[in-house]
Amino acid sequence: MLPTLAGRVQTRVALFAVIGGLVTLLIAPVLPIAAPVADKYRDAFLVLATVTVLGIGWECLYHLLMQWRWEKDWPTLFGLVTLVPEGLLVWLLLEAKAVPGIVGTVTAPAFCIQFLAVWLPVWLVANGPMRVPFIRWRFRGERLM
Amino acid sequence: MTKDEPGARAPEAAPAAKPVTVQMRSPAAVGGGDLTEELLNSDWWTDAMVQAAGIPIVDVPFVSVGGGIGSFVTVDYLRIASVPPDRMRVLSNIEFPWKTYEYLTRVSQIPRGERIRSDSASRPDNIWGFPSYALAEAVRDKSLKPLWQVLVEPIWADYYTPKAGQVFAGLEREAKRIGFREMLVTGQVRMVRRRQSGGYFTILTPPPGTEPTRRVAYRSQFVHVAVGYPGLRFLPELQAFRTQHQDFHHVVSAYEDHEHVYALARTKHLVVMLRGGGIVASRVLQRLMDDRERFGLSTEIVHLFRTYVSGSHGPNAWNRRKGGNGFAYQGFNYPKSVWGGQLKSRMRKLEGDDRATEYKLMGGTSTPYRRRWQAQMREGRTGGWYRAIAGTVEEMRLENGMIASRVMISGGPVEVAADFVIDCTGLEADIAEHRLLADLLEHSGAGRNPLGRLNVERDFELRGAASGPGVIYASGATTLGGYFPGVDTFLGLQIAAQEITDDLARRGFCRHIGPVRSTSQWLRWVFSRQP
Repeated sequence: MLPTLAGRVQTRVALFAVIGGLVTLLIAPVLPIAAPVADKYRDAFLVLATVTVLGIGWECLYHLLMQWRWEKDWPTLFGLVTLVPEGLLVWLLLEAKAVPGIVGTVTAPAFCIQFLAVWLPVWLVANGPMRVPFIRWRFRGERLM
Repeated sequence: MTKDEPGARAPEAAPAAKPVTVQMRSPAAVGGGDLTEELLNSDWWTDAMVQAAGIPIVDVPFVSVGGGIGSFVTVDYLRIASVPPDRMRVLSNIEFPWKTYEYLTRVSQIPRGERIRSDSASRPDNIWGFPSYALAEAVRDKSLKPLWQVLVEPIWADYYTPKAGQVFAGLEREAKRIGFREMLVTGQVRMVRRRQSGGYFTILTPPPGTEPTRRVAYRSQFVHVAVGYPGLRFLPELQAFRTQHQDFHHVVSAYEDHEHVYALARTKHLVVMLRGGGIVASRVLQRLMDDRERFGLSTEIVHLFRTYVSGSHGPNAWNRRKGGNGFAYQGFNYPKSVWGGQLKSRMRKLEGDDRATEYKLMGGTSTPYRRRWQAQMREGRTGGWYRAIAGTVEEMRLENGMIASRVMISGGPVEVAADFVIDCTGLEADIAEHRLLADLLEHSGAGRNPLGRLNVERDFELRGAASGPGVIYASGATTLGGYFPGVDTFLGLQIAAQEITDDLARRGFCRHIGPVRSTSQWLRWVFSRQP
């Protein structure tokens, strides 16, 4: 990946909103949470929003770290393993009840399922299929606008 | 020679982009179908001047000169952007776009089975870069290995790069899909001159006996120039030696056929001197080392670096390139982000000396760090048959059938005797040594950029060469030094093609490739359907 900071943020928000939104829409009702479906949706979308918003901060950090790379690229694996610190941070915030608006109890299995079900397709799409509809995206630092 | 400014006369009737007209006119009776003094000396031509010379005129809105990978990816983009084959002509002296590239890669030791220095998503046969070469190879070979390599590159594995044969096979398929042969006209392009009423005349010299006249003029609104490297240059001392001794056998360029070196090495002990520290030097080195291992040879290699890189180098921690044992290590010709990331973005804003300085910082000769090469060189150093030295050659002479070089190193001069010297420096000639480019500089308003090559805009329009509504575009090696550095690469040619296509869409020549068109065209690519 060859992102600029603007490209990182735009792609992060767009992919989490579209792909993350679709995945969450599909899986929220079956997440292992003992709560009404409406509450499941509410909590699942709040988790998605938290990952997305915090992700903007993470992207700034990644952009800084990338400056030490001569190629100014972001290897494919980096884009995958960053799910670990990002997931942990959101989980810790959930545990600390620091995510506003959560009505139920987001269990660890429910969080893991949703987080991976969103993260992996986003990562896969960014590493290939994204180039099909957006032919300029990869040449413009992954900016969409 | 007349000297007129483009704005000095109002465009009358430029050759229309639409409707399509490709027609051959009969040569006028007066001229002999060749260039006249009047034409040669005039910067601006009229239809009457060409007709008076008896040169037949072919009307076509878009002409691409070159016919190599640069022309191919450009017409590929335009075909995908809705332009039918009969509105474009590719004027070329090669029969298929990868002919020159395949020749150069083969002689510089990358036959079809070897891997080139290009990224997995740099596919000249696929404007989307998806599926990547790695994914295609994984599917074809039913193996996860290529995908694993892309996943862990470049930290835990070398960069994945495709095999040359895979690239050529893909180009062949795409050439068929877009109807490349329909667009191809073989011959030698002599010049491109501006037309007083707008647009251009491109003069083609067809192969002898194929046309009734010596020249044919292509009258078009748009011209694209992608003629590749203007020429190859030897190191001065090597050129002097070749000229003085008329010896083209013992001192060879890696870019010319030099199989005799490897063949002789199989029959006797040889000392081979390599010059240069780039990818081609690595390739030649690999061939010598592979042959040594495979056939149990005793070949000795002396590797002479003019600039010896002993370790990581760069002005600060944020701009430090790896290096060692003489080489500067880099995956591709430039830091990867010049093809799309922050370096591309930064270069796009730089002008003049600032741009030249940035080119200097990120440029220079480099080669990829490949684990196999490193192991081979380590073995050579330990065994004493591979020796790297840093210095410059002061004198070369023939002694007892060997080439004796007097090399100035830091400790003073040393004598090195070798059976063969292989020049892997890949020095390029000045653009003015190419007849077509020299003509553009002299007669068509083209100028030079901070690195001395053709000066193009961000959309690859040749600055100063506009003619009414007509535009000349240039892409490839001849434009190095512009707002985009990676021009002489597969992906660079595609980036240029995209900019050119977008500009032509703004001018109404083709359709804009938006997300819907892009996706539907990609599906057509997948199913091998015509664009």
